[in-house]
Amino acid sequence: MSNKAGEKEKVSRRDFLGLVAFGAAIIGSISALAGSFRFVKANVYSEESKQFKIGSIENFPLGSTKKFDDKNVFIFSDEAGLFAISAICTHLGCIVTPSEFGFQCPCHGSKYTHDGNVIGGPAPRPLEWFEIKQEVDGTLTVDAAKTVQQGTKYLFA
Amino acid sequence: MNNTSKSGLVKYRDNLMSIKSSFLGSFLRSGKPTSDKSRTAVVVNNFFLHLHGAKTHVNSLKPTYTLGLGLISFFLMVIAFISGGFLMVYYSPATETAYNAVKDINFVVFGGKLMRNAHKWSGEAMIIFVLFHMARIVYTNSYKRGREFNWVIGVVLLILTFVVNLTGYMLPWDQLSYWALVIVANIAAAPKELTDIFGVTQYFDIGGATKEILLGGTEPGQDSLTRVYLLHIILLPLVMCIALGVHFWRIRKDGGLSKPDNVTADGTGIVNISSPEKEGGIFPTHKTYGLMELAKGRTPAVDNDVENTVTSWPHLFVAEIAVFILTLAGVIAYSYFVDAPLKEFANATIPENPAKAPWYFLGLQELVSYSAFMGGQGLPGLAVAGLLLIPYLDREEEHFGVWFSNRQGKLIAVESLIVGATAVIGSLAFVINFGWFRNWWPNIHQLWIIAINPGNLLLGFVVAYSLFVIKRTGSTRMGAISLFTMFLICYVILTYTGTVLRGPNWDFYWSASQWPIH
Repeated sequence: MSNKAGEKEKVSRRDFLGLVAFGAAIIGSISALAGSFRFVKANVYSEESKQFKIGSIENFPLGSTKKFDDKNVFIFSDEAGLFAISAICTHLGCIVTPSEFGFQCPCHGSKYTHDGNVIGGPAPRPLEWFEIKQEVDGTLTVDAAKTVQQGTKYLFA
Repeated sequence: MNNTSKSGLVKYRDNLMSIKSSFLGSFLRSGKPTSDKSRTAVVVNNFFLHLHGAKTHVNSLKPTYTLGLGLISFFLMVIAFISGGFLMVYYSPATETAYNAVKDINFVVFGGKLMRNAHKWSGEAMIIFVLFHMARIVYTNSYKRGREFNWVIGVVLLILTFVVNLTGYMLPWDQLSYWALVIVANIAAAPKELTDIFGVTQYFDIGGATKEILLGGTEPGQDSLTRVYLLHIILLPLVMCIALGVHFWRIRKDGGLSKPDNVTADGTGIVNISSPEKEGGIFPTHKTYGLMELAKGRTPAVDNDVENTVTSWPHLFVAEIAVFILTLAGVIAYSYFVDAPLKEFANATIPENPAKAPWYFLGLQELVSYSAFMGGQGLPGLAVAGLLLIPYLDREEEHFGVWFSNRQGKLIAVESLIVGATAVIGSLAFVINFGWFRNWWPNIHQLWIIAINPGNLLLGFVVAYSLFVIKRTGSTRMGAISLFTMFLICYVILTYTGTVLRGPNWDFYWSASQWPIH
């Protein structure tokens, strides 16, 4: 801060304290406002877990496609293994349906390849791929909260 | 008086006998409105009337000037509030009960269907009439001379009208509600498109946070319905009432409704009864000035030809009541013949095909089918910013309060209508026939689509054309007429396209009868 010496001394001690108090009031108000906004962001979501069991590997013979309707996830099986692709369109969240070129979204016409790559419409991102895990008892679990690199396929014994 | 000489019981009896006149006198303080003075007192002394001026300019009473559009919008809101209060008697905002409650209202409750229809249609009619009201303000050049900020409040009210309609649409928890909520929540999350491009989504996910705050989760559920209900019945109506209160108050403070500088009472058929003969004095004859009329600032009568005003009671109030009766009759008649839709119970696994927003958002839905971020946030935001700026960028004082300003204004409006319609139809035809970047180069970076899409190009064209009009005519007023006309025609044609011409998978069909059977 500036000294008595020199002409920089413009703010008197009283004004300085007033300004400090004013600044503190503003910072306090903004924090209170931010806290109020934080209040409305729930800490716990009353939703089902994003993880779900899909049974044993025998449920998915080579070349098969299964859709878990209530989870909005497709499970495919090919030579390279099992893979899970989200059925939720990356544009505005509608549910895509399989079609001859891959997937088709009913809401705004987004089109995807079998890998989930966008080939038409407004979708900004490819469909998400999810992790598949094998539990100790041999059954499989999909974790729709964990996205994995597109093309990640899982081979299970 | 000789009250002291009467006995207590006699006084009591006298008071009892005169209760009718003493109660009326206490209720209506100003007595019968038989003279100009008492007619003025009626307005000033009544809570509900005192937001009007005691006197009203004859121009404000000309049906061809205001078309009653602001009043109609207000009365529609009143009807929606009252019918909404009735609906709340049976409605319950839980995902298990909401749908059945609405079904009960529709099929079991006495008068329920009419009440629900009236609520739905008065709310949706508000959108139309608020837009018409806005158009009246623009075309009569009425957003000037102190009214600039009231225009801003008007734009806020327009947005509130849209949002309150949208939240109401989500309450029945049918297929429309559910998928509208999904789409709206993902539009709220659309800034993800941008943060993804810059790779900062994992640190700063403003879109995702907005979505989760709106939904109270990551997908629509009970928490979402609670939040939407809260917005619809308390927060938005409250903000709307406050904004509307300021809107009305400012009309008075800004000098009453706009009127041309050279307006006269001729031809209105209203006899001005309040211009007494006056001799001498410091003011010209044939003018009366009360104390208020001398006050500084923009009080209604300062320098505003007092000789062309009439007492608000009865002239203004008769007109207002007539507009109210017509509005109510219109809503009831429409509600009697046309039912508000109610689809199947919300199903999170199957979106409808096509999944359409309510009609007033289908123009936006056409735009989000190019880019969620630009169509859902960028372009509407820019359109609102453009509307807000109109009174600040056009500050020409001439032709205040005159429909279309002059002959040139009419020509510009027609020209802009044709040019705007051609531009929007042209861009739609191009997209429908040839697709856009993603169809041609599937691997194109999303940034290109955010930056260059038919919606952006259309907006750019509209702005450029209105600037061209300003340059050509040398008048910012002509630019304002042009800009607003093109905004309006774009909204109308985009809405029509989204409503009628889009079918399953958002493909183009000339009519719903050509939709494939599935």
